[in-house]
Amino acid sequence: MTGRPATSLAAIRRWSARINVADLLMWIVGGAILIFIVAGSIATLRLGIYSFRQWVDFIVFGLAQGGVYALIALGYTMVYGTLRMINFAHGEVFMSGAYTAYFLAFTLAQNGWIERYPVISLAMIFAVSMGTSALVAVLVERIAYRPLRNAPRLVALITAIGASFFLQYAFRGLYGSGFKAYPRMSFLEGSWSLGDFRILHLQVVVIVAAALMMAVLYLFIQKTKTGKAIRAVSEDKAAAALMGISVDRMIVITFVIGGLAAGFAGVLFALMFKQVHFFMGFIPGIKAFTAAVLGGIGNIPGAMIGGAFLGIFESLGPILFLDGFGIKAPYQLKDAIAFAMLVLVLIFRPTGVLGERLVQKKA
Amino acid sequence: MALLEVRNLHVSYGQIAALHGVELEVNEREIVTLIGANGAGKTTTLNAISGLLRPDRGLVMLEGIDLSTLPPHQIVSRGVVQVPEGRHVFARLTVLENLEMGGFTVRGKAEIPRRIEQVFELFPRLRERRGQLAGTLSGGEQQMLAMGRGLMAGPKVLLLDEPSMGLAPVLVDTIFDTVRRLHSQGTTILLVEQNARMALQVADRGYVLQTGRVVLSGTAAELQAHDAVREAYLGVG
Repeated sequence: MTGRPATSLAAIRRWSARINVADLLMWIVGGAILIFIVAGSIATLRLGIYSFRQWVDFIVFGLAQGGVYALIALGYTMVYGTLRMINFAHGEVFMSGAYTAYFLAFTLAQNGWIERYPVISLAMIFAVSMGTSALVAVLVERIAYRPLRNAPRLVALITAIGASFFLQYAFRGLYGSGFKAYPRMSFLEGSWSLGDFRILHLQVVVIVAAALMMAVLYLFIQKTKTGKAIRAVSEDKAAAALMGISVDRMIVITFVIGGLAAGFAGVLFALMFKQVHFFMGFIPGIKAFTAAVLGGIGNIPGAMIGGAFLGIFESLGPILFLDGFGIKAPYQLKDAIAFAMLVLVLIFRPTGVLGERLVQKKA
Repeated sequence: MALLEVRNLHVSYGQIAALHGVELEVNEREIVTLIGANGAGKTTTLNAISGLLRPDRGLVMLEGIDLSTLPPHQIVSRGVVQVPEGRHVFARLTVLENLEMGGFTVRGKAEIPRRIEQVFELFPRLRERRGQLAGTLSGGEQQMLAMGRGLMAGPKVLLLDEPSMGLAPVLVDTIFDTVRRLHSQGTTILLVEQNARMALQVADRGYVLQTGRVVLSGTAAELQAHDAVREAYLGVG
């Protein structure tokens, strides 16, 4: 008589102690958002404003944009993997390459090289952009991060934000504050028709180039001795040093790889959006950070999947979720939707989709 | 001249001094053991030799050349290789990749597979598990991997830190058998152990460390017979 109610009461108390009010509120908000998304999508699809072809267009554009995010995200995730810090200056690393390569692109357009030797010109533009980004990334590590490697994390975070501002305004001073139009490349214009579908050359080129670049970097990390050493360093710096691996050198190489990928992404971004600006790295940088978190920060395949997903989500999401409610120009809300997703991921699955699912630390 | 010589080694963690002038030497083809209670400074000594800790004072000499100012990765390429306490295998790398990392400083492509083969001969279990992630191995297998990984570099001196820690008795025997076998093949070993009984059975000589100082040294037989050692470390009253 006395035992049973007491224990069940204790069970309820234990149960209620485990879920606090904040958690409950979060789950209610999450559920509401999910219902909102589903309802909006159904409403939009029932309205039938967009044809199937248009939906495919949205997805292809999203994938192209996602490829750019994924390449930038690779830099965030690799630096996080080795140093456990968020390199908030990485968006500026991306900007520095694209912006510097603009001057080459402009010159090549002026003297007609782009039309006459499109492949060589594009290769040179990529080389300059990737080289600049890698150089900037290495300098940031050397000057801003290495002296603070053993400082508390907050210090490194503040330094990264400082480096980000420094780079923005240094490039503004160097190259000017206006928007600069990237030259047109006629060989990238036009489209292919596949029956009812029309796919822009540019988008295909961006998607294929991003996928190739990621494949190369992934193979490098997985298969080469240096790539394995980078993975060893990101797991256990002291043990890696005891193998004869120079930890500093591997960290520099990590920044170089992140810089190369960002510089590559910078050119793709400039080809898609046809302009550069000293502030152009900020939004793509934070988006790519979102992508990295989404995939599980520190996880390389996660960054790639996160980037592609975010690109498609951003291109498809606003129209799919909001049009049905009669919201005007929902595409304007794409950034709001992307960042709402960052917040949701951080609340509901802070480890990301692929984050830390492998074996944890040993004894 | 001894192969490895430690002279007047002083190490501190911030304000707290951990070693007060440790002196020891390891001759070629010898197993020397460093025994002592928890916190006596055994691991600190090894980490200072490996360059993971920067000594305040003192010398660490390999074949008469001071290593104490070199970064850890250069000390490894000179031939002083540590198998750390707690194994520290790379959990997310495969067994094979862990061994490749052990051979990071090895020049020449053909040499790596040859040494991996040697490690597999020493530890056949690792051959069976070569494609597995190291994090999925048992504790004993991880210890084998950690030792195999250390051997990959072809060390002149192998520093073993608590290789038997946390292992089942049967595995402890396997590990000590391996130490004996390495010894018979001519590997020079500096062995740090809490299990003083086992350590003194395999070692040629030993040093007893107490609060950062060497308080006693001698051949393994002398130490085994020494009253203070018997009482404090071998549990014989």
